[in-house]
Amino acid sequence: MASFSKFGNELYTGERSYDIVGKRKIWYAVAAVLILTAIIVPILRGGFVFGIEFRGGSQFQVSDTANLQQSLATRTVQSVVPNANPKVTIIGGHSVRIQTDQLTNAQNVATQAALAKAYDVQVKQVTTSFIGATWGQDITRQAITGLIVFVLLAGAVMALYFRTWKMSLAALIALLHDLVITAGFYGILGFEVTPAAVIGFLTILGYSLYDTVVVFDKIRENTLEDGGDSTRTFAESVNYAVNQTLVRSINTSVVAILPVAGILFIGALLLGAGTLRDISLALFIGILVGTYSTIYIAAPMYAHLRSSDELVKKHDKRVISARQASIVK
Amino acid sequence: MIIALLAGLNAAGAIGDATSGSTTAGNRWAPKLALDLEGGTEIILAPVIAKGAAAPTGDQLNQAVSIIRQRIDAAGVSEAEINTQGGQNVVVSIPGVADQATISRIESSAKLEFRAVLQTDAASNRTDAATPTPSATTPAADGATPGATAGPTPTAAATPTTKPTDASDLAWITPELAAQFASFDCASLDKSGANVADPKKPLVTCDEVDPKNPGAPVAKYILGPVEVAGETISDATAGQVSTSQGAVTGQWAVNIVFNSKGSKEFGNVTSRLFSLTGARHQFAIVLDGRVISAPTTNAVITNGKPQITGNFTQATAKVLADQLKFGALPIGFTVQSNNQISATLGSSQLQSGILAGLIGLILVVVYSLFQYRLLGLVTVASLVVAATITYLFVTLLSWREGYRLSLAGVAGLIVAIGITADSFIVYFERIRDELRDGRGLSSAVEAGWKRAIRTVLASDTVNFLAAGVLFIVAVGNVKGFALTLGITTIIDVLVVALFTHPVLQLLSRTAFFSEGHRFSGLDPKALGAVYRGRATFREPVGVSAGKKASSSKEAVKRQTIAERKAAEQSSLGSKGKDS
Repeated sequence: MASFSKFGNELYTGERSYDIVGKRKIWYAVAAVLILTAIIVPILRGGFVFGIEFRGGSQFQVSDTANLQQSLATRTVQSVVPNANPKVTIIGGHSVRIQTDQLTNAQNVATQAALAKAYDVQVKQVTTSFIGATWGQDITRQAITGLIVFVLLAGAVMALYFRTWKMSLAALIALLHDLVITAGFYGILGFEVTPAAVIGFLTILGYSLYDTVVVFDKIRENTLEDGGDSTRTFAESVNYAVNQTLVRSINTSVVAILPVAGILFIGALLLGAGTLRDISLALFIGILVGTYSTIYIAAPMYAHLRSSDELVKKHDKRVISARQASIVK
Repeated sequence: MIIALLAGLNAAGAIGDATSGSTTAGNRWAPKLALDLEGGTEIILAPVIAKGAAAPTGDQLNQAVSIIRQRIDAAGVSEAEINTQGGQNVVVSIPGVADQATISRIESSAKLEFRAVLQTDAASNRTDAATPTPSATTPAADGATPGATAGPTPTAAATPTTKPTDASDLAWITPELAAQFASFDCASLDKSGANVADPKKPLVTCDEVDPKNPGAPVAKYILGPVEVAGETISDATAGQVSTSQGAVTGQWAVNIVFNSKGSKEFGNVTSRLFSLTGARHQFAIVLDGRVISAPTTNAVITNGKPQITGNFTQATAKVLADQLKFGALPIGFTVQSNNQISATLGSSQLQSGILAGLIGLILVVVYSLFQYRLLGLVTVASLVVAATITYLFVTLLSWREGYRLSLAGVAGLIVAIGITADSFIVYFERIRDELRDGRGLSSAVEAGWKRAIRTVLASDTVNFLAAGVLFIVAVGNVKGFALTLGITTIIDVLVVALFTHPVLQLLSRTAFFSEGHRFSGLDPKALGAVYRGRATFREPVGVSAGKKASSSKEAVKRQTIAERKAAEQSSLGSKGKDS
């Protein structure tokens, strides 16, 4: 800890400083490459893999069975409904999940009974679900509405709080970056997009901005306090603030990600595919990307946006000429 | 004092919970669980809206919910929960497994129709079920089972007499129908499929059971084919009968307004029925296969504005008017999703959720102890307080608003651990910053707090905004998640302001923390503070002039008398040298 807080101290006093804002072109390039990858690769792969909630279909789950043969499920389903197109997954070590095309009620009942017999369990241990294709679409439509409303509101709130729309713009650009990259992860790795994943995705909205607001608050403080007679250029002030809050960013992100990691671990290991895993996976990626983007995208972007302000220009010019003067001496 | 306030808050919550316990029996300290944690069946029904038609209104949906509730209650399913969702869907939650019959009963749309009455048996009641007239013995041996005939009129074999000329013709009553009528048991009306009867065929059905007098005998009817469909009703209101002079009589009636198609059809019915006598003088208003009213025809009504009078009270007239108005809606429902979760799967999901939460909590505790030493204990205590309040609040909400905790909600709570702990980190780091600038602990706590609360409020506002927007627009699972996230965000602000900050104020006065013990997490030396003991200050790096001034003023204030004297002497001494 001593070394970590020493690290924090050096960052705070400015003894140690990472030039993040100054190298913004590098970070922009990295972001551009990541975003392009996140968009192009999923398209090349043929789009996202949607969960049954979006496709529509029937789902059976045989729970607590010792027999985990996948082919048995396929054979059983096909013996009842030949063209049901079953997809079998083993979940959490003691359950078998079978997803099929949409079956009729009679087929559902027959399949349920056949599966119970094949896996030698009671019929009530085989749950059946039926999901119409519009259900997932409903959730998605609502999610997109929510996304737009939130972005507008959050943009307005931040602009009011920070007294500059440029901070909101920078924060929202970073948010967009986080969303695209998280979505890209799903597309590239072929994870199923389920309503739970959409929930996790939406939570990134709040988290990513939360993180950005904490850092921006310090930036605002520094640039305000430095005032006109500062020896730092505006970009340097921003960079100093980012460095000062680096330890905080790391700590808050670690603390935020630990519980999510806990859910992800339990969700993936014990339950297999399901609500917990899907929510936490999106969040896990989102928090990592969100922390990165606050430091490497939002802050440099803000300095960049402000660099064309008359006041900032004048200030920077004065600082630089004062510096040159002192070198000449 | 604030802790006492919090304790009071908790106690208030506990009293609330205790009262809830007495009303709901048991479960007094635990929130109700959603189906994905408890097991059961959840059916989401989406309205089928004709192209170009407007989406159903809230009133219509509420009416649909109450109709569906009646149907489910009639099926003998207990503890079903029926809600609307997202402004258009209806969600039916049933503990256990729903059989096919229940589902199809729920699914069928509310259908209102007018049929002419052919025969009634008002004296009959449920004991009729004992009448041993099995329908199989009826003369259906000719091979024409009426159930299978698809024609608009009964086949000749089933109607040995003449073909019915109109909807009131008694020729509709075949011996078979008569037998069915005789043996018909009103208790099994729901199972008879009356609600999905063919509108072109006669129907055997019953009155609604009077809710005020459930033991009273109900009337049985044989009704002619549908003559006026409920969709043709454009409005129905309850009102008092007025005389031709416009004076109000005080008698309640239901006024119906038909559209042009309905007016014509209804005019035809009344002109025919008016001349008939006995049961055939009546027409029946049938909702979902059940007769809700069978008024007699007192006049030929051709203007499409009939009035139903009778022994109405204001309430019963209103109910009938609502049934006519909303029951007539052409909204049917289709099952959008039907999700079954076995009780074992539910409880294993709950266990995993709790386990995940514990793991997350322990990781956070370990990390904050590692990072902040004993100060980490403040985090732990604050988290415990936040968790307690959250738990009580969710329980309260579950009791008051019928909120059910779902797996997504549990995930929201776990995610909130991190977000709550983040506020403490923001606060602690601010205090450390102030210490680094050379402040004493008490003033660092105060100054750090002023800055931290701004940040915490701003960032929590953003978070709350996200949760709020999600809650308003979202459906189902997303809603549960957004709700827990929103609640915990508010609780986070409360805890950090009313618990964490006062605790730190108290701690900053203890020797352990103010002297900066190396395990306190606030050791100025470890923090590389500019404060180098004994009122000597290194020039702070990167601190504004104003702040410098305020911190040195603070330092002067904190000098002991001896130190001040020494400082004065040394400055005097230097003056003396100069002179």
